[in-house]
Amino acid sequence: MSNVILEVNDLSTKYITRYEESVYAVDHVSLQVDETKSLGIAGESGCGKSTLALSLMGYYFPPLHYTNGEIIIDGRNISGMAPDDVRKSILGREIAYIPQAAMNALNPTRKIINFIEDVVQAHDMYVNKKEIYERARSLFETLGLPAEVLQKYPVELSGGMKQRTVIAISVILFPKVLIADEPSSALDVTSQKMVIKMLKQLLETGFISSLIFITHELPLLYNVTDDIMVMYAGQIVEKASAHDAVFDPLHPYARGLMGSIIVPEDGLRDVKLTAIPGVPPNLKDPPSGCRFAERCRYVRAECRGASVQLREVGRDRTYRCIIPEGELREIYEKEAEKYGR
Amino acid sequence: MVDKNNVILSTRGLTKVFGFGRTKTLAVDRVDLDIHKGEVVSIVGESGSGKTTLAKMLLGLLNPTEGEIYFQGQLRDIRSRKKKQEYWKNIQAIFQDPYSSYNTFQKIDSVLLDCIRMRGGSRLPKEQKIEMMTEACGFVNLKFEELTNKYPFELSGGQMQRLMIARIFLLKPKILVADEPTSMIDACSRATILDFLMQLRDEVGMTVMFITHDIGLAYYVSDNVHIMERGKFVESGTADQVILHPKDWCTQRLINDVPKIHEEWDLSTVEYPT
Repeated sequence: MSNVILEVNDLSTKYITRYEESVYAVDHVSLQVDETKSLGIAGESGCGKSTLALSLMGYYFPPLHYTNGEIIIDGRNISGMAPDDVRKSILGREIAYIPQAAMNALNPTRKIINFIEDVVQAHDMYVNKKEIYERARSLFETLGLPAEVLQKYPVELSGGMKQRTVIAISVILFPKVLIADEPSSALDVTSQKMVIKMLKQLLETGFISSLIFITHELPLLYNVTDDIMVMYAGQIVEKASAHDAVFDPLHPYARGLMGSIIVPEDGLRDVKLTAIPGVPPNLKDPPSGCRFAERCRYVRAECRGASVQLREVGRDRTYRCIIPEGELREIYEKEAEKYGR
Repeated sequence: MVDKNNVILSTRGLTKVFGFGRTKTLAVDRVDLDIHKGEVVSIVGESGSGKTTLAKMLLGLLNPTEGEIYFQGQLRDIRSRKKKQEYWKNIQAIFQDPYSSYNTFQKIDSVLLDCIRMRGGSRLPKEQKIEMMTEACGFVNLKFEELTNKYPFELSGGQMQRLMIARIFLLKPKILVADEPTSMIDACSRATILDFLMQLRDEVGMTVMFITHDIGLAYYVSDNVHIMERGKFVESGTADQVILHPKDWCTQRLINDVPKIHEEWDLSTVEYPT
């Protein structure tokens, strides 16, 4: 029985716009991450992946507002805490977040060691600079970053090096959960591999207890994480193990995503990639029934009625569709025969 | 589709040096490239290997330090402004960042009208211009009626990049240089963009030069692939040849670095730079 590190029950958050309209970007999301495990979140742009990451930290600032649900990190409920308490005792220590353009977040006029001093001193004022330097140096060396980086300015580092430095800074206080939001999407493939190796190393050596990895690159998720959760329009539409999510997706949207995978393997040129037509719905006024109905190939009249609940199939596997599992599989099989794949 | 005897653009000993003295950098090193009419050719390499510098020289945005560029068999001459504009009717580009490719203050209708004007259609009747713009937007699955009177920032990244292709469809250049057109947009829109590039080749007969660091994308779209490393071509050949049977270790590394789903992705070979 493994230890649950992060548990989220029925979390909903919304954005309130200038015109007092509510945009429900995260809608009743429940998830669970065990110790030493990693969870991947997939979906196209505008599906609420990044908002979910922000919401998980429990630190809300306008226009993002908390609606309901609870976030439990290692047995401690953080959802009702005051923002200042969250910032001092949760962020960085319990949960750390690497935003999308993290490498551009470094102030060009300061050395890397200054950022580390800031992070450590914000949480523990009585550490002297020498101690911080020693701690940073040992962490950097474990993670394969040269110690000279500490004395450099951000402009002296390459993109991949900057990104790895930011990750190292964010884990200096050994947080339990690390949320990485597209940490490698601005890098080339070689630097991307280094970033991924570093994240895996952090998880293996126990610097962090669990990892949440957000990206739209499915081959990457498949190789990095244990479980994959597919999000669409603020909701979870499918959650399965990495293998099942890629090779045997049940939800039509998840299946559509798999149609856009491009890998340099034999046979890629024989299949025509399929993109899902249309765009995600506007969450100011989400459709009453299934949110994917407008773009779904297998849409039925019942789809547009009441909201669709998550269905459980087997162990640790859920999907959100009105069509039962057996029937869905039949449809997919027929289609595969027809198009020969 | 590929006309082996018809070389549309070629370079001989093309070199670009940035800086001088101690800080001298050799960005492109004596590159010989032949692009045939109607093919999709990919230049693949990691960042800093000189892909974009090469593209900029072909586009006439940078002057080569040494070497010649031949366009349709003749030495390219773009010394005067007029000749340059004439050259740009034949070669056009799509850049990486759709958000900064547009003029923020220019409406989309005007972006497309400029393309018609560039092809010498400024005196056409209004109805015909609208028809041309509708056709171009239809080519990339956009609705022209929905785009009129809008500014580029009102579109999503994928839509902007598709509009870029609509522009190319109107301009109908002989060569299109696509410099990492898909790296800023998400995986779902990526497939669409790549399919439109292939349609441009098949339906319009355009020659496409595709620049990327992701060898998977290059494999999906291209006929010929060149692998670039430190300003030089280290391996060239047809896509199947280069990617399924790589010979050079740079190619092998590029292929190993891309995450795969049917084969194991080996992380143990990664070495951090010191």
